[in-house]
Amino acid sequence: MAQYTNYILVCGGTGCRASQSEKIIGNLKAAVEKNGLQKNVQVIRTGCFGFCEKGPVVKMIPDNTFYVQVQPGDADELVKEHLVKGRKVERLLYVNPETNEQILDSKHIDFYKKQLRVALRNCGFINPENIDEYIARDGYVALGKAITEMTPEEVIKEIMDSGLRGRGGGGFPTGLKWQITRKVQASQKYVVCNADEGDPGAFMDRSILEGDPHSIVEAMAINGYCTGANKGLVYIRAEYPLAVERLMIAIKQAKEYGLLGDNIFGSGFSFDIEIRYGAGAFVCGEETALIHSMEGLRGEATVKPPFPSEQGYKGYPTNVNNVETYANIPVILLKGAKWFSSIGTEKSKGTKVFALAGKVNNVGLIEVPMGTTLREVIFGIGGGIKDGKKFKAVQTGGPSGGCLTEKHLDLPIDYDNLLAAGSMMGSGGMIVMDENDCMVAMAKFYLDFTVEESCGKCAPCRIGNKRLHEILQKITSGNGTEDDLDRLRNLAMVIKDTALCGLGQTSPNPVLSTMDNFYDEYLAHVHDHRCPSHQCRELTQYYINPEKCKGCTLCARVCPVHAITGDRKVPHVIDLQVCIRCGTCMDKCKFDAVYVH
Amino acid sequence: MDTIHLPQTKVEELHTICAEHNNDAGELINILHAAQGLFGYLPREVQEIIAADLRLPVSRVYGVVTFYSFFTMTPKGKYPISVCLGTACYVRGAEKVMDEFQRQLEIKVGETTSDGLFSLDCLRCVGACGLAPVVTIAGKVYGRMTPEKVRDVLSEYYMLGE
Repeated sequence: MAQYTNYILVCGGTGCRASQSEKIIGNLKAAVEKNGLQKNVQVIRTGCFGFCEKGPVVKMIPDNTFYVQVQPGDADELVKEHLVKGRKVERLLYVNPETNEQILDSKHIDFYKKQLRVALRNCGFINPENIDEYIARDGYVALGKAITEMTPEEVIKEIMDSGLRGRGGGGFPTGLKWQITRKVQASQKYVVCNADEGDPGAFMDRSILEGDPHSIVEAMAINGYCTGANKGLVYIRAEYPLAVERLMIAIKQAKEYGLLGDNIFGSGFSFDIEIRYGAGAFVCGEETALIHSMEGLRGEATVKPPFPSEQGYKGYPTNVNNVETYANIPVILLKGAKWFSSIGTEKSKGTKVFALAGKVNNVGLIEVPMGTTLREVIFGIGGGIKDGKKFKAVQTGGPSGGCLTEKHLDLPIDYDNLLAAGSMMGSGGMIVMDENDCMVAMAKFYLDFTVEESCGKCAPCRIGNKRLHEILQKITSGNGTEDDLDRLRNLAMVIKDTALCGLGQTSPNPVLSTMDNFYDEYLAHVHDHRCPSHQCRELTQYYINPEKCKGCTLCARVCPVHAITGDRKVPHVIDLQVCIRCGTCMDKCKFDAVYVH
Repeated sequence: MDTIHLPQTKVEELHTICAEHNNDAGELINILHAAQGLFGYLPREVQEIIAADLRLPVSRVYGVVTFYSFFTMTPKGKYPISVCLGTACYVRGAEKVMDEFQRQLEIKVGETTSDGLFSLDCLRCVGACGLAPVVTIAGKVYGRMTPEKVRDVLSEYYMLGE
């Protein structure tokens, strides 16, 4: 086996791959060979580093130098300078935006400094397609320990003591779920991994599967040992080809090593994992809908009880857990329940992964202890609001959650606090909005999504949400009345109380929370027929101020519909009949001459 | 409804796919995935063949096909365009990008251009939120899109030609 002294880690997550990280890997490998270093230097494609904003990311081991926004053309220089001559390539180092200082080691970057990585412990550190690298970081030790040294009851007790709660959104105690499944008598049981991440703007499950698939395989096997199931099923979105591929490789390697299959560790316990594809339906994140989908049916939810733990896939007891929940299991068994429960708040233990996105400087995947405040996440790790704009709101919990505002910024994040504030944890999407976002339009956007994704089985969700959407449409086009606002709230409450499953019961949350926090914006739409954020097109018209316009012609050139006319050095004019109100002219004008009325 | 005649070799392949899944109704979604991979879409004839092999009513197959957004009954363009309308892309202006594609191509979401070159769809989150707004065309990802970039991006494909 080759003895490498240096490693080049390149992010192979979806975000960085979209910015040509595969090409960077190819070029780095070629450069390493060209310089005759192939015996000492290995180029490794890892999972997501999390710092997507600055991708593609390249990290040098052992000195931990962190290069950002690397281009394929930089490969030669990186190898020649960094590896051959031992000099850092300064122009590719991360620069702290506040101090303008270059930072060499990722450990000292604010984005990472404030994080605690438990579920993401291996993402960005190992080659996810090589089981040996996972084993080298204590992989499969927890499985061995559970099977050979502990009884299923002991393992379940450890998980219960740790206080781990379901990371898919509901927050049900994981240990308790395992115990319920264990206690049901049946000839066959199933263990399911819910990897149907449907929240638009959340990508933590995918990143874990892409960056550390073996941790899921290991945790599912532990779950099987505890609940008495010998079959595992991963229900994964077909839209995640890279995650599927890496998971398949992981399952194959685990089988070759005897960590899956018959008689694992000579204990008589057998366990196998198969993959089932989702086909694009948000509701399938709900347990009962997911199970119907795995059975080849429409993914419609059914009434609980019976819970899947009692009667699930093909009628057999089925334990369904989310990807991130599984990713925590091996660490809990290795470091102990006491260690895990020392992190977090009284009722929410451990850490939570968030996909931080929207109008924030550092978009990416982060993991923080429960109890961290929104301010620390958005301003500390996220680096504040993009383009120096003002913070307005943050939506947690995706389409099922609500928006939180300035007054919630110092709220410690945990399941119960978020619920009390009118939102929810959800799977961990966190979308930041600035002063330019219209909250009425945001509520309409989420309703748009819910209407499309409603399975149609129960009337409150199928018909009610459609009506909510219509009222919002009326308001954003300037035709709403004050009566509409009352109707909106009443209907939202009815849907919340009467819908069949989690999707319907939570779908009015974006409406209710924006009404609670931004009622003045709703009033501006219905009273003054005005959108204060200039987002609602029917209520917005663009004009050019002739006193400010220098006639530089830039707006006329960028206008996609050629609605702007005017000679060079003469103030320009927008033809309101032609204008599609895209706002490009306003974004591009260097003299602030374009304004909205 | 028009009947299209599927090539016999592909029909044979479809029967093989069903057989490989033991003609098991529980495998319907996996079979539909494979069938869509084979034909590019799931026309009525394909659904009828699958229903017969799996001994299911065609209505059941049709119900599943129309339930999931991944399955389509209309053929896609040579270069399928997907505009991400996930929340992260939405707040960074994805809707305006979508409007511009509709305007330039003169089609609506879910349609295919008459020359068969482009089809336009929306999707929810490809997970490259750092690059929002994101558009994928025939698998290639375009990040930080703006309405003004649409024309340039499309012309890349017009140049590749039919």
